[in-house]
Amino acid sequence: MNRIQEQFPLLKEKVHGKPIVYLDNAATAQRPVSVLKAVDDFYRHDNANPHRGVYELAVRATDAFEDARKVVAGFIGVKDAAELIFTRNATEALNLIAYSYGLNFLSEGDGITISIAEHHSNLVPWQHVAGVVGASLDYLYLTDGARISDEEIAAKITEKTKLVSVAHISNVLGVQLPVEKIVKRAHEVGAIVVLDCAQSIPHFPVDVEKLGVDFAVFSGHKMYAPLGIGALWGRRELLEKMPPFLSGGDMIDSVEEQVTTYAPIPQKFEAGTQDAAGAVGLAAAVKFMQEIGWEKITRIEHELMAYALEGMRQIPHVAILGGDIPANERYGAISFLVEDVHPHDVASILDADGVCIRAGHHCAQPLLHHLDVYATSRISFAVYNTKEDIDAFLESLKKVRGVMGYGA
Amino acid sequence: MELDQIYTEIITENSRSKRNKRELENPTAVIKGVNPTCGDEISLQIREKDGIIEDASFTGIGCAISQASASIMIDLIKGKTKEEAMHLAETFLSMIKEGKLDEEAQDELEDAAAFQNISKLPARVKCAVLAWHTLEEAIQSDGNCPGDDSASCKTRI
Repeated sequence: MNRIQEQFPLLKEKVHGKPIVYLDNAATAQRPVSVLKAVDDFYRHDNANPHRGVYELAVRATDAFEDARKVVAGFIGVKDAAELIFTRNATEALNLIAYSYGLNFLSEGDGITISIAEHHSNLVPWQHVAGVVGASLDYLYLTDGARISDEEIAAKITEKTKLVSVAHISNVLGVQLPVEKIVKRAHEVGAIVVLDCAQSIPHFPVDVEKLGVDFAVFSGHKMYAPLGIGALWGRRELLEKMPPFLSGGDMIDSVEEQVTTYAPIPQKFEAGTQDAAGAVGLAAAVKFMQEIGWEKITRIEHELMAYALEGMRQIPHVAILGGDIPANERYGAISFLVEDVHPHDVASILDADGVCIRAGHHCAQPLLHHLDVYATSRISFAVYNTKEDIDAFLESLKKVRGVMGYGA
Repeated sequence: MELDQIYTEIITENSRSKRNKRELENPTAVIKGVNPTCGDEISLQIREKDGIIEDASFTGIGCAISQASASIMIDLIKGKTKEEAMHLAETFLSMIKEGKLDEEAQDELEDAAAFQNISKLPARVKCAVLAWHTLEEAIQSDGNCPGDDSASCKTRI
């Protein structure tokens, strides 16, 4: 085990009596000791209900939670930490935007544009908004199975478009969407842009100011933080005019029998007791990544990507989605098909060798339909993966067709 | 886990077989079975005459386990009464649940007994039972196919 792997206790586990080769990081990553310890320390030493209570311990809990907010805000280039709202995950953050912004500021005849490569979490909420307000839901389709052309951007983001919501990286294809061009076009027509960073945040620096987007969301658990904590960032002027998504405790200024005035952001959007330990864990995950450094993270993951692509291309009957797209344009994930073999059978056969991969529709059924495939197998990397992991995967992959009774 | 206990010759051969994977002429019941977690979907087609399942087939997409299970099930239920088919479904599903079966059940299930080890692979149990649950639904629901137009026939046996 190398020095990064040693920090991840789960990687010492065995499955079916074999060492684990964990290649499902796009679903959720594993957690380093520093994150586990930060959560444990919070509960052991600082736990109280944040923002309540005047006693010393409650102040410590509040400080831990608010310090975490500053760390996470800084991580994505946000200077005003009040613009950073904790959510359970990217899905909840996208729903918050859809329900609070979409339902209140979009109306009949407006256009919502998303890409066909969206995860269901950035698609189903917009179907709902479009249906309720009478807006159209327009799709940016792919050419060459993975790219969005300039013409498509010009055709689908038009004068009627009021909101554009796209993934930074496709969770199926591992390919970056042309965010710069999409933002430019959206702002030309006066639309706001939501960026789903769930798949980009673990792999390269995300700076929301430089990207020029209006909202950004991500989950913590794909970037080594606990399950159940995520974040929404939005521009202050947008967040301030939006009504609360959930209401209740901790999001109010004052409540009378018939009326309530809401707390300022971020509290307005954080109703109820928050997962302060999760936020502390997310901040610890940020520090874990910062200690390794982006230069090293991107180098390790690019080498894995190039190595895996080359190895897979040499195995007969294996087709990679987004075919000729080179390694330096792919981040984190590779979807593939084994001829004649259903992806679930591929995943079960690999599982017998301790290799954990995802198979299915990846919560992106419209994309798979667009690409005319039913399901895919997917490997996805994290900073602790090694060439040995890829070798184990490739060896197992070579056996698949044989197990199913086909020639090699 | 030993893969050859799961992907046995019976299962891999039946998964590739197209024998029962076809459109049925004049079905009396066409029932869809969906596995929402993986998106697998089969359409079970049955033609019943005088209380006997005269012919059956399936269409759809799925993994080797779901496809083989559907094909083997169809071999078993052809020529059987609804009650006999229902009894087979109960026997099959209890084998999957318990992970074992007695000699009598083994004889009854014939090739379908090949799925007894699937309980060692809990994530794949739903694949093996998809066709059988669809069959149960077909038998338990009431209603008759209104005519010979198979495209419009969505009712149960």
